Amino acid sequence: MNWFMRWFHRFGSPVWFYRIAGKWLPWLSGLFLLLFIPGLYWGLFVAPTDYQQGESFRIMYVHVPAAWMSMFIYVAMAVCAAIALIWRMKLADVVLICSAPVGASFTFLALITGSLWGKPMWGTYWVWDARLTSELILLFLYLGIMALYNAFEEKRTASRAVAILTLVGVVNIPIIHYSVVWWNTLHQGASVSKMDAPSIHVDMLIPLILLGLAFQVFYVLVLFLRVRAELLDRELNTGWVRQLALEHDDD
Amino acid sequence: MNSPASAFFAQLRRDLLVAFRNRSEALNPLMFFVLVTLLFPLGVGPSANLLQTIAPGVLWVAALLAALLSLDSLFRSDYEDGTLVQLVLSPQPLGLLVVARVFAHWLMSAVPLLLLSPLLAVSLNMTPRAIPVLMLTLLLGTPVFSVIGAIGVALTVGLRRSGMLLALLVIPLYIPVLIFGAGAVDAAASGLPVTGQLYILAALLVLSLTLAPVAIAAALRMSVSQ
Repeated sequence: MNWFMRWFHRFGSPVWFYRIAGKWLPWLSGLFLLLFIPGLYWGLFVAPTDYQQGESFRIMYVHVPAAWMSMFIYVAMAVCAAIALIWRMKLADVVLICSAPVGASFTFLALITGSLWGKPMWGTYWVWDARLTSELILLFLYLGIMALYNAFEEKRTASRAVAILTLVGVVNIPIIHYSVVWWNTLHQGASVSKMDAPSIHVDMLIPLILLGLAFQVFYVLVLFLRVRAELLDRELNTGWVRQLALEHDDD
Repeated sequence: MNSPASAFFAQLRRDLLVAFRNRSEALNPLMFFVLVTLLFPLGVGPSANLLQTIAPGVLWVAALLAALLSLDSLFRSDYEDGTLVQLVLSPQPLGLLVVARVFAHWLMSAVPLLLLSPLLAVSLNMTPRAIPVLMLTLLLGTPVFSVIGAIGVALTVGLRRSGMLLALLVIPLYIPVLIFGAGAVDAAASGLPVTGQLYILAALLVLSLTLAPVAIAAALRMSVSQ
């Protein structure tokens, strides 16, 4: 347990994280491009045309990874919230609040691409489908977290409030999701036949996996950038930031 | 004398007494409920069939909004005069005291609304057999509104203008209750069984009563310490 606690403490230290994250940034950018460009090319040009949906299914390669990320980021935020509340780890607070805009953007992207996809497939931009509706509610959960954080002037208090709200939200997400599913089946039945997922063609699957990974790396990349900026902002009056500013002046 | 149970009842009695002394304030959510319901016939037209169709949803949405607007009085004045600090400092479990507070608030704000709902249901031409279900679902659902709303209030009580923010935080969490509450009334109106929805509402009530006090207590500690 000793090495773990030591690692834990070091990981919680802003200076250490700032340095390490800075070193990782170029590698993450490279990895992202390495996954994103082939994935996108494969998805948009190589993958076979869907026999039912024609070319318009290709929006899936943006839509599905964005939807995955919208949920993954919320879970990541909930983990951070638990860590922040239990161990009072400063870095977890920062990661939590820096993830929120990224998660909200992915949710928004999933909604927009879903609605653009819905127009040719379902004939309308919006249906009150269970998945769409719960994704929309998820967007509002993200926006609520961001609004609550911005409402406080004292950032430490704001972080605690946001951590509590995130945990309340994560308990509710499954309940909301399943109630929306039930509501939908109660009201209109399966009028929208969703693309039932048969064994998806391997040429369609590979780009999807590549882009899923690319989006994941992109999240980490953007998160590191935001966390570094936020750390500088929060630790403005500490020695290491001043030293960093001096080092920068010398260049 | 100092057992948690006696603290619970002392808190409940004190809160009910305070609420009783401010009777006129307790009537506001009720009037709001009636007024919001009144807006719908005016907005969509007086057609009896249409009103019958939308009545469950309208009444439930009106109850949700009334619950939301009544939340502000839950901790506000106590925060301003320092009573809340005393509550947090008390040796009794804060979660328990908070439940007493929320229960008193529910008794004063939601129960009148629940008692008046049959009248409004009749005015919206709701099928008579759905009315007991409406009351029962409101009985199970409005405490969930109060308990979950209390988390939102506890988080925002230290902020000056928190009304809109509170709505943004709390409404997404209210959605399951609305779905099952209005769904049950809808089903009852068309003569379908409603046991499933009632069980789920009861489960939501138990779940929120168990978990929310922890969150409310944590949020109040945060609000008080800032």
